Amino acid sequence: MSFLEVTSFLLDGFKISLLIFGVTLLLGAPLGLPIAFGSMSKFKPVKYLFKVIVWIVRGIPLMLQIFIIYYLPGLVFNFQIFGQVDRFFLIEYGVMDAGRIMAVLIAFTVNYACYFSEIYRGGIESISKGQYEAGIVLGMTKSQIFKKIILKQVVQRIVPPMSNEIITLIKDTALANCIMVCEVIKQAKELAATKAMIWPLFYTGLFYLLFVGLLTIILGKGEKKLSYFRS
Amino acid sequence: MAILEVKDLKKNFGKTQVLKGVSFTVEEGEVLSIIGSSGSGKTTILRCVNQLETPDSGYISVDGQVFFNGKAEKESDEERRRRQLLVGLVFQDFHLFPQYNVLKNVTLAPELLAEEREDYKHNKKQIHEEIEAKAKEILAKVGLSDKLENYPCELSGGQKQRVSIARALMLEPKVLFFDEPTSALDPELTGEILKVIKGLAEDKTTMVIVTHEMSFAKAVSTKVIFMDDGVIAEAGTPEEVFDNPKSERTRAFISKFDD
Ligand SMILES: Nc1ncnc2c1ncn2[C@@H]1O[C@H](COP(=O)(O)OP(=O)(O)OP(=O)(O)O)[C@@H](O)[C@H]1O
Ligand SMILES: [Mg+2]
Repeated sequence: MSFLEVTSFLLDGFKISLLIFGVTLLLGAPLGLPIAFGSMSKFKPVKYLFKVIVWIVRGIPLMLQIFIIYYLPGLVFNFQIFGQVDRFFLIEYGVMDAGRIMAVLIAFTVNYACYFSEIYRGGIESISKGQYEAGIVLGMTKSQIFKKIILKQVVQRIVPPMSNEIITLIKDTALANCIMVCEVIKQAKELAATKAMIWPLFYTGLFYLLFVGLLTIILGKGEKKLSYFRS
Repeated sequence: MAILEVKDLKKNFGKTQVLKGVSFTVEEGEVLSIIGSSGSGKTTILRCVNQLETPDSGYISVDGQVFFNGKAEKESDEERRRRQLLVGLVFQDFHLFPQYNVLKNVTLAPELLAEEREDYKHNKKQIHEEIEAKAKEILAKVGLSDKLENYPCELSGGQKQRVSIARALMLEPKVLFFDEPTSALDPELTGEILKVIKGLAEDKTTMVIVTHEMSFAKAVSTKVIFMDDGVIAEAGTPEEVFDNPKSERTRAFISKFDD
């Protein structure tokens, strides 16, 4: 296999990595917000419910969560939903791994939403009470205070920790290969197994590196853009 | 009728009784100074009137509107906001909105308020122009015409406090409250704030000022209250309270500031 062929083969895998990355970010980031509000709820049962969820999701290895989501329906309901989806998509559309990817996306989205929620919570709680009170005294509604005063300050504060999570996320996508999803490292292992080529495995590192470089530039720009004010 | 009426106001934080029955009135155009030692309950009075704290009992009314009568009542956000607009509060440490420039800090609240007007959709542009013109006028009055585009982090403490005064003035409150407006400032910056407040007093703005600036309080107020441990230990004209205090506590407190 030529270098170009290997690159293209790995790129097919990296597309799956990027898909997991993109969907997790797109769904997990908004989902983190209700979880954050839940764990800040003044109503104690709700608060503790969310705290327990966050504890469990952050307390168990993500790889294990992928296994649980993938295998549990089969064990409990005797219905391997993700296997069925796999088969359906393969037969109908000739698409591989659809069900497995779905299981991975669910695990990733929930897991990252919980991590994001803690970042949001930290950001929201770090805004001084005085900002809310200034809004109240000026006759603003609660939602105006949040949208017009609090939100942007929170965003400014959470960009650095969010950047960290986002960079971790792209590397975590490699965990998908624990249920045989053909992300980039799985592809490289495939080459190792079938063609006795080891170097593509190391080569995958370059894909991550380049993407993280790109992310760093974009996130850095965002951080800079928000640095016009100091709170 | 008094524009601000506070009757037998009581407030506890847990087991500590912070206000033990405070009563006073302020007439339109008056300037009331509240003095007293740290922890005597001055801030708590302002916070109760400005609805940031719920009293335990007592009566508060502003411009004939009852703010509080005996006990906390379930009420809509709407209700609270309607009353809120009758009063304004200037905080000790400003609480400007860091992400907005000076002009926007001052126009934000009136703009949000204007959005609720029935004619907002039709006269949007004109309404915003009016608000901006008014903001510029008020900012000129507090001497900040050259800082409209600056962000709070680019201002001195004195400038920040003047923005926060302008911000409160925009909503034309019936009574404007100040909580130690100069305490967070370097001594050389207090003068500019006191000058602004004196200007407001000359314009007959009704104000209640918590302050440790005794000579300022004496000069600007029409009425002075001395708070001691949750009660009004002495009240009267500045001359009465500063020059002929009746109580020993007042005398002791004021003498600390004589130098
Ligand atoms: N949110 C609160 N929870 C508990 N105690 C409080 C709270 N706010 C104020 N207190 C207590 O109430 C008392 C009066 O406080 P307040 O802030 O009204 O005093 P003050 O006269 O404004 O003092 P200072 O001159 O230091 O500002 C203090 O003993 C304070 O510790
Ligand atoms: Mg105080």
